[in-house]
Amino acid sequence: MQLNVTDYLIFDEESGTYVENPEQVVRDDVEKHHWLNVFRAVLKDWRLYLMLVPMLLVFLLWRYLPMYELLGCFKVSDDVKSVAEQSYSGFSYFRQLLVGTGSLTTEFWRAFRNTFLLSFYGLCFGFPMPIIIALFFNEIRSNIARSVYQVVTYLPKFMSTVVMTSLVMMLVKQGSLTSEMGVLSQFLVNLGLITEETARAGLMNNPTFFRAIYQISGIWESAGYDSIVFFAAIIAISPTSYEAAQIDGAGKLAQMKYVVLPSILSTIVIMLITRIGSLLNVGYEKVLLLYNPNTYVTADVVSTFANRYGITGTMKGIASAAEMMNNVIGMLLVIGANTIARKASDVSLY
Amino acid sequence: MKRRLEISELIFKIISYTLLTVFALCCLYPFIYTISAAISGKHAVEYNELVLLPKDIQFDAFSRMFNNNMFWNAYTNTLFLTFYGTLWSLGVSIFGAYALSKKRLMFRKGFNFFLVFTMWFSAGLVPQYLNYLDTKRVFNSFGIMDDKWLVVIAMGMAAMNIILLRNSFEGVPSEIEEAAIVDGATEMQVLWRVYIPMSKSIIATVALFFGISRWNGYFWARQMISNSNEHPLQVFIRLRLEEYTDPEAMAGWNEAFASDSVIYALIVCSIVPILIIYPFIQKYFAKGVNVGGVKE
Repeated sequence: MQLNVTDYLIFDEESGTYVENPEQVVRDDVEKHHWLNVFRAVLKDWRLYLMLVPMLLVFLLWRYLPMYELLGCFKVSDDVKSVAEQSYSGFSYFRQLLVGTGSLTTEFWRAFRNTFLLSFYGLCFGFPMPIIIALFFNEIRSNIARSVYQVVTYLPKFMSTVVMTSLVMMLVKQGSLTSEMGVLSQFLVNLGLITEETARAGLMNNPTFFRAIYQISGIWESAGYDSIVFFAAIIAISPTSYEAAQIDGAGKLAQMKYVVLPSILSTIVIMLITRIGSLLNVGYEKVLLLYNPNTYVTADVVSTFANRYGITGTMKGIASAAEMMNNVIGMLLVIGANTIARKASDVSLY
Repeated sequence: MKRRLEISELIFKIISYTLLTVFALCCLYPFIYTISAAISGKHAVEYNELVLLPKDIQFDAFSRMFNNNMFWNAYTNTLFLTFYGTLWSLGVSIFGAYALSKKRLMFRKGFNFFLVFTMWFSAGLVPQYLNYLDTKRVFNSFGIMDDKWLVVIAMGMAAMNIILLRNSFEGVPSEIEEAAIVDGATEMQVLWRVYIPMSKSIIATVALFFGISRWNGYFWARQMISNSNEHPLQVFIRLRLEEYTDPEAMAGWNEAFASDSVIYALIVCSIVPILIIYPFIQKYFAKGVNVGGVKE
């Protein structure tokens, strides 16, 4: 370990002299007689460490123990035996999922593809929306009017996934003998966007529409709320920047291009990187609530695949293996994104 | 000097107002439609006769809900889960975040990593499910038969929220703490009298995050709570939706109001409490996003 004088002496502003850095002395002390001193320090500060215990326990028991349980993907699934008692099966489940010939393999690849596509489309269509809305908010000079718009557009965010999906399903429901199709389907038919037969059969039963419904409901739910962070970046821009641009003869578009966008670029980049980091982290609850066997082709994602086989069904090993692959790739993406963010802007996300 | 509004600026303003208004109406319309559909007559709901305002007003769908004991049960359960769940998660998070915010804490980096790693990697649904099943068995062996406690204690912890709290605690000037210690305050008192009052708004924000996620919790509650009397509202709504949108189950429906109205009434019931407190909590939400977005 390289020692640095400034670690030991810190400048005390009150007395105007250098004094010993107590933290470094403690650290040094610990270094010298390691475990005994660790023990002593913990004992001296036992209240502080006691406060840490509940949190560590919660995370250990309900976040890290499942990771141990994930080892079940390398072992022969058994309903009676615990993970420790099961015998190893090596990579057989992974092989079965990745290079098998059965329907399981096709279903897994389909789920993997859908996971990626749902996120990717979210990135393409869902990501720019909050930025655009924030730019629009900026145009409203009256505070009251802006508050009204903000309150209204944040509103859908406060609904639970269950309520939101229930609403969506009611609005595009199928027509039956006793009742008409949903009001939104009716509207789309009137606009001529979809044919009457498809609307009657129910848009939720049609794999063609699943992705669109997923994305549009996502934008509807969170575009307003997600605009907060961009709007905060926009209002932080100093008015003098605009004035300077105006004096230079910049019109509205030029101001957008040379003042607003450069100022919020770092926020956009950070948000974009976060988004890319969670590319394989599709909200399983929403998919689970919206999909049905008719739409598995476009809707089934890895989590719902795992849910179907591992929780509803009994193929725990296969399901764990699928999630293991998804989550490991997901983790690499997050770590990669975080590293890039740190490099790009000396801000790290965690 | 009043600046002349340039043409490009004017056009942009008009576009902004128009599109924002359209978007705001899209956000608002489903809510209004839901309320209207919940109190409209049978024929109007079934044949899409209502556009915005209710038609042939009836309140039977609501009274059917209100007379259903299961509904009140579900509501009480949700309140229970939200209250105790938020209290538990917040308490554990505050203590943990306080300890983590101390520079003198040993293995601080290690503890932080322990926390942050759960944001990078999660075991996934199936292992988590098996884990909760084991927990349930352990809880039952201790005589806690009520699955609600399992949901309260084992679920809903979020590393991100702890990190938000930790950052806020780190921002409290150490001089104040030192002054309190000189005055003879214990660790508990420092936390209670100095740190918590000084981070009130961030604690409110985090409490709100926990509260909303508890109120909205669905998947694990449905998986782990076996007794249907203990189901929270979200599970109740989903089960009713599955029941009421099944054409075969609804073939014999001959009430004076549409079966859909019941679902709409339920949706209204579940969002009304949030709408009531919404004006008070809105500012904390905005704050949470800003501090949660980026940190050094």
